Amino acid sequence: MSPIAVFGRLGHDGTVEHPERWHRDQFRHRGPFGLRDRRGHGGPLRREPTDRLGGGVAAGVAAWRGFSPTTVRIVFVLVTLVSAGWGLPLYVLAWLFIPAAGADANIFSKARTDTGGIRLAVGLASLLIFVLLIAGALNDGWFISWAWPQVFSVAGLALIWRNGAPEDQATLRHLLEPLGAATGDVKPSRRSAWRLVIAAVLMAAGLGWLFSAHASLAVLRPLGGVLLVMAAIVLALGPWWLRIARDLALERQAKARAEERVDIAARVHDSVLQTLALIQRRADDPQKVIQLARLQERELRSWLFEGRSPDDADEELTVADGVRQIQQDIESRYGVPVEAVTVGDCDLDENLSALLAAAREATVNAAKWSGASVISLFAEVEPAEVAIVVRDRGKGFDPGSVPEDRKGLAESVHGRMTRRGGTATVTSAPGEGTKVSLKMPRSVTASRP
Amino acid sequence: MSAPRVVLVDDHGLFRSGVRAELGRQVEVVGEADDVQPAIDLIGELLPDVVLLDVHLPGGGGQAVVQAVKASHPEVRFLALSASDAPEDVIAVIRAGARGYVTKTISTAELADAVRRVAAGDAVFSHRLAGFVLDAFADGAAADVKPSFDPELDQLTSREREVLRLIAQGYTYKEIARELFISTKTVESHVSSVLRKLQLSTRHQLTRWAAERRLA
Repeated sequence: MSPIAVFGRLGHDGTVEHPERWHRDQFRHRGPFGLRDRRGHGGPLRREPTDRLGGGVAAGVAAWRGFSPTTVRIVFVLVTLVSAGWGLPLYVLAWLFIPAAGADANIFSKARTDTGGIRLAVGLASLLIFVLLIAGALNDGWFISWAWPQVFSVAGLALIWRNGAPEDQATLRHLLEPLGAATGDVKPSRRSAWRLVIAAVLMAAGLGWLFSAHASLAVLRPLGGVLLVMAAIVLALGPWWLRIARDLALERQAKARAEERVDIAARVHDSVLQTLALIQRRADDPQKVIQLARLQERELRSWLFEGRSPDDADEELTVADGVRQIQQDIESRYGVPVEAVTVGDCDLDENLSALLAAAREATVNAAKWSGASVISLFAEVEPAEVAIVVRDRGKGFDPGSVPEDRKGLAESVHGRMTRRGGTATVTSAPGEGTKVSLKMPRSVTASRP
Repeated sequence: MSAPRVVLVDDHGLFRSGVRAELGRQVEVVGEADDVQPAIDLIGELLPDVVLLDVHLPGGGGQAVVQAVKASHPEVRFLALSASDAPEDVIAVIRAGARGYVTKTISTAELADAVRRVAAGDAVFSHRLAGFVLDAFADGAAADVKPSFDPELDQLTSREREVLRLIAQGYTYKEIARELFISTKTVESHVSSVLRKLQLSTRHQLTRWAAERRLA
């Protein structure tokens, strides 16, 4: 059995696999040279989604009666030609009413309760009727008599589109792709774009021909009547068509929301549940647990409230990104929580990158030496300058008594800042904690509010 | 001063019992509720000093509770608690009338302190809320503001800005007072004044700012 058949069965409408299907598969064996057994499978008539051009009706009939699908298809095309187009609606009806192989219910049983779909079907059908009335008034050729049955086809296809299994919808999408390209719904492929252009040229030529053939005023007189009828129908049915279109748009939005929810559930599962499991296993190591919880909190927060995925957190593009990056690195490397607050934001340039590097150095210092339980990191982007304050409530030190060999703070923080026109102030006293204030003037660039 | 009477409103039972156990003797927890309507009924009945209110509630969010209770019992004070720190939620519940906002990761001592402060009529800003306010009242964004009838409401004074910056850096009110050479009472009055502006300013920016943050 092919995997498509399996998926079709499980994915359709939740019906559980039909045992009869297994039974039937045993009987569906091919003879030599790929010819099917003439007697058919003997089971009930089912559409055959695995071997389909449209709804798999022809293949289903073929399997049911033991013909080759190609024969059935040729017969179907002949019947359609002879019956002036009635074959198509019949096919659509079969698609609606014959259940797919392995499914218990046909599409119609689902479509019956889908009021939106029924309205869409009736709406589309009435639209086509309207167009055909006008076309019929202008020219009563063979084309019109062929087109009338298609009112039913359109309605049926609409119902299938809304209620069919995913693979039914995929087939329809494939068949209707050129139409979608015309409405801008689907990204047009080059081929369908050409097809549309050619169709438009043909249509224009045809219309021109029609009108030039009846250039006399006598023919234009009924045209006035046609226009009146047209206006009346648009007036009567227009709002209703609009409402149908709007309902469809709303429904699409609801679907998008549902998909977002699924996305969130997946994300929560991937990250939060994993972290919770890790925390349970590391319950004896409080430091590690805090670290894990912080990491998870930050990831979730950035995803939920700042709309960024954890994967692209590595790029430092703005001050806020840089601060976030410092927070993340310090927390995961030293296990000390960093409370970061950023006010305003702007893009980074060389000076601001230096500012961030200095802030990182100061934060690392605080994490390593202060012994504080939390470090506060505050960045404010103002029109003229960017200020970053790194503060801890740790043991502090006497700035006058820093030995010459401990250059970390002096060189990398102070030097970095002054070289680029910024300032660095370190305030500290034993037992009072440390505060490093960094300020860097901004070059004139557009701020990002 | 006797221990303030507190009602806990949070949809997580685990969180409620945790807070109740931690706050223990420092405040008197008189009741708990887990949703908007029960909370409104309970608060109307008990009339506590302070309501510790989760910003996120299943039946309509914390601000619904604040609005409903404020209408009939304006003397009840609210301290908002949230795990999310999403600006639009925080700003919404503050503008509805809460007197402060703290993050759920706050330490027990700080939470008890915040409850006492709110009970005494002061405002309580977490470092994150201070950051939000600075951001929302930023000068750079003021170009297209439709002014309120009272233009003073639309702007923070430089002193208020200074205080908020220090709060955002994790300073306590006492530390701020020492840093700025003013009394703790003055710090409190600055914060209360910021709260008033936050609640009364018609800067449509506040809302828009919060919304943008969400979509950024």
